[in-house]
Amino acid sequence: MTKLLGPKGWAALLAASLTVVVLIPLLNLVVPAGSVFHLSDFYVSLIGKILCYAICALAMDLIWGYTGILSLGHGLFFALGGYGMGMYLMRQIGLEGNYKSELPDFMVFLNWKELPWHWMVSDSFFAQMLLVVGVPGLLAFVFGYFAFRSRIKGVYFSIITQALTFAAMLLFFRNETGFGGNNGFTDFKRILDIPLGTPGMRVALCVITGAVLIGFFLMARAIVTSKYGRVLQAIRDAETRVMFTGYNPLVYKLSIWTLSAVMCGVAGALYVPQVGIINPGEMSPAASIEIAIWAAVGGRATLIGPIVGAVFVNGAKSWFTVAFPEYWLFFLGALFIAVTLFLPHGIVGLFRGKDRA
Amino acid sequence: MTPDLMEAGARTRAEHDAKAKPVRRFIADEPYFGQGVALYVEDISVSFDGFKALNALSLAIDVGELRCIIGPNGAGKTTMMDCITGKTRPDAGKVFFGSNIDLLGLTEPQIAQIGVGRKFQKPTVYEQLTVFENLELALKADRGVRAALFHRLNGEQRDRIAEVLLLIHLKEEVQRTAGLLSHGQKQWLEIGMLLMQDPRLLLLDEPVAGMTDEETERTAELFLSLEGKHSLVVVEHDMKFVHQLTEGRKTVTVLHEGSVLAEGLLSEVQANEKVVEVYLGR
Repeated sequence: MTKLLGPKGWAALLAASLTVVVLIPLLNLVVPAGSVFHLSDFYVSLIGKILCYAICALAMDLIWGYTGILSLGHGLFFALGGYGMGMYLMRQIGLEGNYKSELPDFMVFLNWKELPWHWMVSDSFFAQMLLVVGVPGLLAFVFGYFAFRSRIKGVYFSIITQALTFAAMLLFFRNETGFGGNNGFTDFKRILDIPLGTPGMRVALCVITGAVLIGFFLMARAIVTSKYGRVLQAIRDAETRVMFTGYNPLVYKLSIWTLSAVMCGVAGALYVPQVGIINPGEMSPAASIEIAIWAAVGGRATLIGPIVGAVFVNGAKSWFTVAFPEYWLFFLGALFIAVTLFLPHGIVGLFRGKDRA
Repeated sequence: MTPDLMEAGARTRAEHDAKAKPVRRFIADEPYFGQGVALYVEDISVSFDGFKALNALSLAIDVGELRCIIGPNGAGKTTMMDCITGKTRPDAGKVFFGSNIDLLGLTEPQIAQIGVGRKFQKPTVYEQLTVFENLELALKADRGVRAALFHRLNGEQRDRIAEVLLLIHLKEEVQRTAGLLSHGQKQWLEIGMLLMQDPRLLLLDEPVAGMTDEETERTAELFLSLEGKHSLVVVEHDMKFVHQLTEGRKTVTVLHEGSVLAEGLLSEVQANEKVVEVYLGR
């Protein structure tokens, strides 16, 4: 039936892999700083950060583009993954914090004497990585089960997800929750006992993120070209027909919803060591809405589109916020309106034939 | 029955189950049609905010029967189908599929899996998928997530899709996106999807709405060819179509205000004074 990728697709994938794995390290680490081809540390970090966003956009495409469920709460799963990684990084600071204590600085500041229960495994990288996957996954599973079982759909579902991330943000703002309140976590020193602030580590994290994105892309591609993927699209187009054909939409929606949340969690975990901070701002409703905008701008239900969208919008953002800092949000709004009006299939829609309605 | 016999019976059953194709189902029991009844509806009532959509409606459809149901708007035809397919739970009454399956205890997907297919009034197909993919999804197979992830069509299944494509006259359109089909073609595609499920009972809600005369004619021929193999319940307004389907010898049921007003040959019910009053003579 449908192939995983065509010859052109494989060529593009190979080019993308080489760029991430060979070109970026080469231009940053080998090419001397004075050369025009040198890629500065700033850009390596920026690329790494944008690749994390691209993973979120890809996850959004599976649930929104293919299954027709618009989540305005994906930022929450991203942030939870980020906090999972952040907790581990906080413990890696060890005795080098401002208060020279075993406990993270914010706990000392709050006069806590020992780690709260949810920090019990935070010194183990492996255990925290399980939480990075498990916490967003479990939350999505439980929330999704009740929402889908109650047949909450469309804009109602979107509003509830938005409320969910907002509620979580308020919770994480509180000091008592034990996640550093509104300051969140920062001042990271090491990961796996290796210093974070070195050029090598910066490139390594960027390369890992790129590899994860490519891996997720192939997985997503395998999903959408399978019969399972076609059931998802059928749910998007005519859910009642799916039900009266004998499929239980609940298990299909729940599985892809949970997977999508886990992908965002992984993206968040990759994001935190690269930007060096995580705070409840990542859970703000606007952050989640932006993920949806990336997917829409790039082109829904194409997989590659949302990745392109995330790169394009965030690339534009980093340029705009330097060149015209006051006008970025106006530009973003105008871009979204323009895409909705003139490019219903997004940026990649420009390059695709009209073979599909 | 002695314990020995019971044990022997259980063993035979287990052997049989082991040999049977492992298709995951929600329920263990197959519907039983030995008593000649495909669908049995008894005294079902449904009310929405005090409005009685169905009022002690009873209906029995025989195995292989083609039954036409007519009635003015608001007579409860669609609500009746909702009750049979699990979309609406009636306040009272019974709905049995075969002589052993209580449909009121099952969900929509479960009811579809045991062999009740339903066509909606408005053609409902997967607009962004091709005609082929629409049929593929409807093909009778394991409906679980894992099976769908690793599903590959075998030769027999491809033949079945080709067969249905021929039957619904969409062979030329097989790779077209369903959203680009004409209204009548979408109606047919949906009927084709129903056939892919291989249901014992087909419920068809106004299947020829919006079709041209020629398409209507061909649809009638298609339904007549299905009669006997499947049981069909056709809800329709188009009297010419009903006339063609009943061939002057089949029973027609007239619904009015949520219950059966009359039942009999088309010529009989058309002559029935009550029917003329509420429906035909408007």
